[in-house]
Amino acid sequence: MDAVVEKTSQAPVTFENARPKITARNVNVYYGEKHALKDVSIDILENAVTAFIGPSGCGKSTFLRCINRMNDTIPIARVTGKIEIDGRDIYDRSLDVVQLRARVGMVFQKPNPFPKSIYENVAYGPRIHGLARNKTELDDIVVTSLKKAGLFEEVKDRLTDSGTGLSGGQQQRLCIARAIAVSPEIILMDEPCSALDPIATAKIEELMDELRENFTIVIVTHSMQQAARVSQRTAFFHLGHLVEQGTTEKIFTTPEDRRTQDYITGRFG
Amino acid sequence: MPEHIAKAFDADLEELTRMVAEMGGLAEKSVADAVDALAKRDVVLAAKVIERDARIDDLQHEIEERAILTIARRQPMAVDLREIVGALRVCNDLERIGDLAKNIAKRVNQLTEEVPPQTIIRGIEHMSALLLAQLKQVLDSYATRNLTNALAVWQGDEAIDSLCTSLFREILTYMAEDPRSISLGIHLMFSAKNIERMGDHATNIAETVHYMVEGHPITAERPKGDTTTLTTVPVQG
Repeated sequence: MDAVVEKTSQAPVTFENARPKITARNVNVYYGEKHALKDVSIDILENAVTAFIGPSGCGKSTFLRCINRMNDTIPIARVTGKIEIDGRDIYDRSLDVVQLRARVGMVFQKPNPFPKSIYENVAYGPRIHGLARNKTELDDIVVTSLKKAGLFEEVKDRLTDSGTGLSGGQQQRLCIARAIAVSPEIILMDEPCSALDPIATAKIEELMDELRENFTIVIVTHSMQQAARVSQRTAFFHLGHLVEQGTTEKIFTTPEDRRTQDYITGRFG
Repeated sequence: MPEHIAKAFDADLEELTRMVAEMGGLAEKSVADAVDALAKRDVVLAAKVIERDARIDDLQHEIEERAILTIARRQPMAVDLREIVGALRVCNDLERIGDLAKNIAKRVNQLTEEVPPQTIIRGIEHMSALLLAQLKQVLDSYATRNLTNALAVWQGDEAIDSLCTSLFREILTYMAEDPRSISLGIHLMFSAKNIERMGDHATNIAETVHYMVEGHPITAERPKGDTTTLTTVPVQG
């Protein structure tokens, strides 16, 4: 009996008992009259990659944008329900939304570096958030972020070059470096690889695996294979509903819902 | 289930199923012919079985190639992936059944000198009839993805096993009575054992059907009746 008790108290924090970083309950989003997202409830686990999959227009990007309140920038958008990060309601009136967007970074489908130097692209966020006391600390943040994004070796001799002069894959990694420079806890990625070639895609997927040790990542993707490769948990959206969620293994081998199976096997678009 | 948007994908999967069915039909015929040849000491029929095995082997290679190509092309998920894995597994079991039937057929050439004891031959024929019924049911269950039929086959192997055990005892006794019958006895023993092995392959196919339908293997312990490893018969010194 003692041996059993001892074993459980030393049990490592496995994926199965990771805690939720983000909890959403009964989230609805309306664009004017259009009911785009219907009663979505989900837990996003810490230090894991969660993939949102589903056909076009199913609400996955809409839900992604709720997590950093990007939908606030759309005048006709209305969000109801509750989303909490670390147990704190992010739609609470007292919450600073600018701070939220530093904690929850975002990378978009089309790489969108600032029309500034590579250095400035990464330094901009930490500078305006006051994350560095002096130039040396700022340099440190820039170098570390570029290293974490797997870009430093390729650009270390040309940090003053324009960010827009890089290749597509490099620009996307620059955007990732920019996002992580402000020390977020969560990184949202909206189809980050769809504009990239297979090699650049593979590098970003490899990067996601390294990043999840320190960040919580949510990725929207159209590629089933990518979702199966990079994520530990997957959520399938359809016509605004969250149809099914679970471990990536289960969703792609033995999904419960017929609609999930039809989608992942290419039986409907 | 609705069709794939890519119709060629449906065609690929259907072709796999068709090839497995063709292979199954050839394996069934080989088993029936091999035992028939054994009972009648018909070397011509035995030669046909041996010849047919090349086609069975070819089909296995064709199924493997097509399965691999489908995986590379389509990156199948869930039920589609299990279908393809299922086809690969089943064609392996059918290829072994074909080999075991060929092995029986090869022994027919050794039986031309003496008439084997008819009780033993009847025993082997009975085993074969049971096995062919299992094989037919399991191949039907694969074609129709029928879990109930597959499970019935999975549980039905005991009868074949028990027959094999009692045949073993009979053959041992027969050999113990007259040392000149030993080489014939050995061939008969191997033939019986081959059919018992075919029965095991049929249950493998049943397990594959379960996996294809349910998405996970059968977890229970399969009922077994083969105690040939424990079978001895006292020999007069």
